[in-house]
Amino acid sequence: MHLLTTSLGKLLTVAESVGGFVAILAFLFWVAGKVRGRFEKPIANILLLGPAVILLMVGLVIPAFRTIFLSFRGQYAIGPNVKYVGLANYKWAFTDPHTLHTLLRTAEWLVLVPLVSTVLGMVFALLVDRMRFQVIAKSLIFMPTAISFVGASLIWKYVYQYRSPGLQQIGLLSEVVMKLGWSHPPNWLLSAPLNTFLLMVILVWIETGFAMVILGAAIRSVPDDVIEAARVDGAKGWRLFRSVQLPMISTTVTVVIITIMTATLKIFDIVYTITGGDFKTDTLSNEMYTQIFESFNTGRGSALAVVLFMAVVPLVTVSILRLRKERYA
Amino acid sequence: MSVDEVTVTATEGLPDPSGLATGGQRKQPKPHHRIATFVVVVMSILWALPVLGFFITSLRSKAAADNTGWWTVFVHPSLTFSNYINVLFHGGANIQGGGLFPYAMNSLAIAIPATIIPIIVASMAAYSLSWVRFKSADTVYFIIFGLQVVPLQMSLVPLLQLYSHGAHIGGFLIFPNLNLHGSIAEVWISHTMFSLPLAVFLLYNFIAQLPNELIEAARVDGAGYLYIYRRVVMPLSLPAIASFTIFQFLWVWNDLLIGLTFSAKNASAQPLTVQLQQLSGTFGSHLDLLTAGGFVSIIIPMIVFFSLQRYFVRGLLAGSVKG
Repeated sequence: MHLLTTSLGKLLTVAESVGGFVAILAFLFWVAGKVRGRFEKPIANILLLGPAVILLMVGLVIPAFRTIFLSFRGQYAIGPNVKYVGLANYKWAFTDPHTLHTLLRTAEWLVLVPLVSTVLGMVFALLVDRMRFQVIAKSLIFMPTAISFVGASLIWKYVYQYRSPGLQQIGLLSEVVMKLGWSHPPNWLLSAPLNTFLLMVILVWIETGFAMVILGAAIRSVPDDVIEAARVDGAKGWRLFRSVQLPMISTTVTVVIITIMTATLKIFDIVYTITGGDFKTDTLSNEMYTQIFESFNTGRGSALAVVLFMAVVPLVTVSILRLRKERYA
Repeated sequence: MSVDEVTVTATEGLPDPSGLATGGQRKQPKPHHRIATFVVVVMSILWALPVLGFFITSLRSKAAADNTGWWTVFVHPSLTFSNYINVLFHGGANIQGGGLFPYAMNSLAIAIPATIIPIIVASMAAYSLSWVRFKSADTVYFIIFGLQVVPLQMSLVPLLQLYSHGAHIGGFLIFPNLNLHGSIAEVWISHTMFSLPLAVFLLYNFIAQLPNELIEAARVDGAGYLYIYRRVVMPLSLPAIASFTIFQFLWVWNDLLIGLTFSAKNASAQPLTVQLQQLSGTFGSHLDLLTAGGFVSIIIPMIVFFSLQRYFVRGLLAGSVKG
């Protein structure tokens, strides 16, 4: 009973927030709708654009500048201890052994995950076209895209569960390798550097479906007459793919790779849920969270956020420019 | 085996006139190949197996799940639904206050406003920038569009400070402490703000391409700008709104970082993902609860995914630069 009333209470709060917002807007629309003539347009624009501009300023623009400001300050962001420390936080980020390893590990993620996901997605997209039950196969590969990173992490943590070899195994990976004759497998998630690759597998598992769907659509959109013409000229198999299909979908391939790179760069949930960044699995985004919310060092955390930002800018810019070029070409 | 081999065999057939006749829309059926089929089947099984094992374990008793692998269920079948009742309503492990159900409601209470409000705010902005117009409209659009490159990680600390202390310039309060105290509102307001660059971008692309005649005709008939927004632009934008709705709802439902950050002071406002993340620390000893709880959190995205796959793909592609 208690459960029911609190749940209803929560949903009522939602209705209040959304309803209140809509009611205020409706009232403003009604008032502003009376205005005609010279002021109609400016007032309409202020009302229409105002909420978005205010929310963006408060939520993104000002905080971003403030984070840059904080990255040059000491440990505490508020109170008497705020002092200018120059580039100390950045120096720490690129010289401290732990952080340096974290950055290098993030770079490993950044190379391997997009590459493997894109190749697997491409292979699958090319092969599945010739299958009888292709809808089922595609759905299975694509399904992880809908699952949260936390959900995926729990699913895979179960796969990687370790029991000492004498006991009944409950983790799928241990069971399989032991059946294959590896009698003393390591404790998967505690053994570096293996554990980092096992975490990467999770992200590959999620992103391959994305790559498959987008690349599959691009491959199908290559006109049949182009393929036929190439075949008449004698291009077959790998050569057909390499010199006709691949060049024609190169924009899409770039966008897919960069999109996965951006997601990889920000990867937080998987590392945080499975190892918390321990056992040499830390990544940039996780270390940023740790610095801010566990070590309470806002200066260092902010510096890492700025490093992340600097790394994301070129990726997103290239992706958007390519998409725009394709759309408006 | 290689792509090479497979493609060679697949293209051995001579050009099929029917493929050309249909204008490249549908490819001619290609001959099946054993190796291609094998690769696809193996990959599909590999992809599905972890989820299957997780699901099966959520239906097994605690003793069975703790002591034997899920694959033994095929030899000794015994399934129960009680894990779901336990994890949703009774709790256990370190789930606070009787089960995950209240947290699932939190997720819903966060995701609903964080989906509806950005749609309204962004569609108004997109309409203003594309149809009402003013001198620097293009510049404003370009700035909002460019904000997509700012990772939300850049905003976490300043926003937290704003929520709990307000904003001051030289000791003078310019923005009040909203007294939200880590409530659900803090979480969904943050989601709303972070979603806007993408939402404005997507809706602008659609709204700017609505037929000019319709909007001109409404103007000639004497309709005000705001009336046109409500009666012409909103109804015509529904396809774009549908794609964004699905993308944004799933994004918020699946989010961990924002939920974790903005509900840190107040556990009763946490979304489901945060509770599950905390539960994962006890992995070995509470498999029954963890698998059932995990499945509760992925079932909603699954339903959306399987019922609205087409819109989902469209939203996914469009939203691929978000974050």
